[in-house]
Amino acid sequence: MSSTSSSFQMGELVADRHVRYILMAEKKKESFESVVMDHLRMNGAYWGLTTLALLDKLGSVSVDEVVSWLMTCQHESGGFAGNTGHDPHVLYTLSAVQILALFDKLDILDVGKVSSYVAGLQNEDGSFSGDMWGEVDTRFSYISICCLSILKCLDKINVKKAVDYIVSCKNLDGGFGCTPGAESHAGQIFCCVGALAITGSLHHVDKDLLGWWLCERQVKSGGLNGRPEKLPDVCYSWWVLSSLIMIDRVHWIDKAKLVKFILDCQDLENGGISDRPDDAVDIFHTYFGVAGLSLLEYPGVKAIDPAYALPVDVINRIILNK
Amino acid sequence: MHGRPRKAYKPEEEAASAAKAVKLRSLQNQFMSNHHAKIYTKEAIDLSTKLLEINPEAYTAWNYRKLAVEDALSREESNQDLVKSVLDEELKVVESALRQNFKSYGAWHHRKWVLSKGHSSVGNELRLLDKFQTLDSRNFHAWNYRRFVVELTNRSKEDELKYTEDMISKDFSNYSAWHNRSVLLSSLLAKAEGFMPNEKIPDEYQLVHDAIFTDEDDQSGWFYHLWLLDQTVNVETPLLTSSWPSHGSCINLSGGAGCLNDSSSSKLTTSCSESGSFPLILYFNQAVGGVSSSTVTVDSELRGNEDLVWEPVSNKNSRVSSVWVARLKYMSSEPCFPKEYTVKVRIGNSPGIVSSRGCNFSTPYEFVFTAHVHDTVREDSQEVAVSWTDGFDIWDAQSKDLNFLVNLDQQMGLKWRQEAIEEEIELFRALSDSKIGKLTLARLLMAKAMISENGVKGVHYEEILELYNDLMVLDSSHYHYYKDEHSVALLHKVTSSTESLSRHLFRYRDMNNSVCLRLNNLSLSRIASVEKLLFVQMLDLSHNELHSTEGLEAMQLLSCLNLSHNRIRSFSALDSLRHLKQLRVLDVSHNNIGEHSVDTTRYLCSSPLSNSEWTEDEVGRQMTSLVTKYWDAYFVLRDLNLKQLDIAGNMIAGDEFYTLVPQVVPTLVWLNGHRVRS
Repeated sequence: MSSTSSSFQMGELVADRHVRYILMAEKKKESFESVVMDHLRMNGAYWGLTTLALLDKLGSVSVDEVVSWLMTCQHESGGFAGNTGHDPHVLYTLSAVQILALFDKLDILDVGKVSSYVAGLQNEDGSFSGDMWGEVDTRFSYISICCLSILKCLDKINVKKAVDYIVSCKNLDGGFGCTPGAESHAGQIFCCVGALAITGSLHHVDKDLLGWWLCERQVKSGGLNGRPEKLPDVCYSWWVLSSLIMIDRVHWIDKAKLVKFILDCQDLENGGISDRPDDAVDIFHTYFGVAGLSLLEYPGVKAIDPAYALPVDVINRIILNK
Repeated sequence: MHGRPRKAYKPEEEAASAAKAVKLRSLQNQFMSNHHAKIYTKEAIDLSTKLLEINPEAYTAWNYRKLAVEDALSREESNQDLVKSVLDEELKVVESALRQNFKSYGAWHHRKWVLSKGHSSVGNELRLLDKFQTLDSRNFHAWNYRRFVVELTNRSKEDELKYTEDMISKDFSNYSAWHNRSVLLSSLLAKAEGFMPNEKIPDEYQLVHDAIFTDEDDQSGWFYHLWLLDQTVNVETPLLTSSWPSHGSCINLSGGAGCLNDSSSSKLTTSCSESGSFPLILYFNQAVGGVSSSTVTVDSELRGNEDLVWEPVSNKNSRVSSVWVARLKYMSSEPCFPKEYTVKVRIGNSPGIVSSRGCNFSTPYEFVFTAHVHDTVREDSQEVAVSWTDGFDIWDAQSKDLNFLVNLDQQMGLKWRQEAIEEEIELFRALSDSKIGKLTLARLLMAKAMISENGVKGVHYEEILELYNDLMVLDSSHYHYYKDEHSVALLHKVTSSTESLSRHLFRYRDMNNSVCLRLNNLSLSRIASVEKLLFVQMLDLSHNELHSTEGLEAMQLLSCLNLSHNRIRSFSALDSLRHLKQLRVLDVSHNNIGEHSVDTTRYLCSSPLSNSEWTEDEVGRQMTSLVTKYWDAYFVLRDLNLKQLDIAGNMIAGDEFYTLVPQVVPTLVWLNGHRVRS
């Protein structure tokens, strides 16, 4: 990683460059990388906007522009698609709700319609499908619970059955997989722990067992991997870290080393963060890197809620004000 | 998105990329119009095939194909050959998409969806899976799909177990295979047909040794070995670990609002309570549900205790816990006529107590204790605050109260377990230079201490503590993990014998010889062995490194707690104290409350954030902004009936916070040593 400017010290967050990278990425809609990810633009918008919010630069975007595009993605079923014209799916429905929460514009939604779409995807066994085509995955359990909680409609689903299904995906190493019997994976663990956190059900987690599995994701370079014998990746700085925080075991990793790893993944010149040092940057890893730094209390980054993945002040405003 | 090198694009590359983008955009637009117009002609379907070849993640295209298939099937369901060719085509498209990206959720799900319509053989699917296994043995999509096929076709668990063994012998560094093996084996062990733990578990230890010792940094076998250890040490059946009052003990109670000063008596545990009741605590070896007046009977002449209400000591959403409490009422006797009551507690006479894993409490258990009830003594309300330094007497070494430390020996099938642990200890002693070697040895020695009958338990603790000290240096990234384990071992050591525990016990004269346990200045970062400390009324944990009170909720007799000079960061970290109905004195001065932006116990605290009910009260209505700002202090403090609170030396302690505290705690008399109420 070469830097022509000598004003950068090793180990500094180049926040302004990341802000510029995000704002410019929005404009590069017709690059091949962008077109091939056209279908998940709603996720990309959530990653970009939340990063801006954490760096206190949400004011740099036009709320009206974003919101009017966002509403074109809503389907008659109430669910949201990844982009205009695509089919609805819970993945994008959550991102849409999260974006509106960031802008404090949840009131433009027909909450009944959106919540019915999500609640309607719960199956008999408590699990959730992603859309009408029936793929079941604990990611969708988290998404539905998180979404309905923000909309204050959690009572529209059978919470006990939802929790029981998640618990049925708990493995003997303390982790969670996407379906019962599936291998533990940090992304799935975040989803299950997050869902249990939001529903006040963390007593189902063996915190010591899972905590040890999670803290052993930290490899010699200081980065975190997603499961044993895999390479470290900045996105796990979110999934592993937020899981550790929710179960109060984050002190079991070396936080300073992880900060250094994340900072080493920055493109100091052009902005953006990559999965590993010297790899290509993207919005996804930029968000997870900054969110990880937030959880590590890096100065200049606002606090993020580990369960809802939105700034703490946003969640406190929504949940704690009756 | 992953693993692509960072480089600036050359102009030719930019141009080529732009051209590709234009092509893809045009393809997408055409596809979209077909999809919205519900056009399922061969040309339209071929277009979607082209799109998915370039971009297997275009999920709408997979949806479209399902609609196209349903359209074809609805028109041609009688023509079995045509149906088969339609479905075969789908399987081909999935296979080619998977070659592009074998991690595509959309592709794998489409295959499952097609398969649910029939028309592929198990042989085909397993062959496909073998291909993907060779490409990447850790591909969890492939392993999940394998489980899907196995269930669809009813392949036996034993066959699948053999498959995992084949994978492992090819390459021990296959965590996915070990994981699958653990799933299959635990299911087979539960059914117990030719799969007995005492035979199979020792075999598995042999199998996993290669994985651990070949490459000391490879984690693939670590978690499997830990699971084997858990299977060796932990009995499935729920058992009672301890109780308060304990079997054969004698407790003193006094009626009404006062307490009798009975320092002459060597019988202990004076329990004073304003409510004329005392807690009966059951501490099980694991979380159980179903504890009630039907499954636990309490026989005594103490009137008013028919239909006891048993509550689990856990958060509001849970009906299971390893700790259950019922409050037994008693009436003060007439003056000069103390009464003695025998209380007999029978657990498990009728079925109903079940562990959260579905195992029944099977062997009924009984214990007996005596309660001495004295007359009421009108006592003036306390003139001075409780002191942690003055007014303490040393413990009476002759006291019989610590006989609860005798193990409730209900362990079953001990021999194979002890042998397995001994063998593992011998093996790991020989190879204990590595991190995993030392860590496993420490765990094995702890396990041995837990499953050995009373005896020279004290001997191993020094070795365990030394191993954790070594690990703190050897693997400094995980320093605080080893520190926590060190604290647990230290507390096990302290509570392992009457003699060592007595050194930390005192009596507080000013509160009727309340039992005080001093565990200060021990560098404790974690609480443990609480099941042996249920009799404690005052606990001094000052000058340690605690950041949470997790574990203290079982100490139902606790009336005074000193946590000054620790590392508590927030009130949410004190959530477990909400279960201590008798807590009156709390010192959290000189901690870190209010210093950090990240709250690691935010979701371990019952509040609206974790969707726990919130009954609004006057304070919540009157002081809304303060209640939102200090939400965790509000929720935790309002559930405590504190008389005395010390919070100086924390960042949160300031005028604004001090206006909130007396409102939230109406029973508060002393704040930071000053009277706030008369």
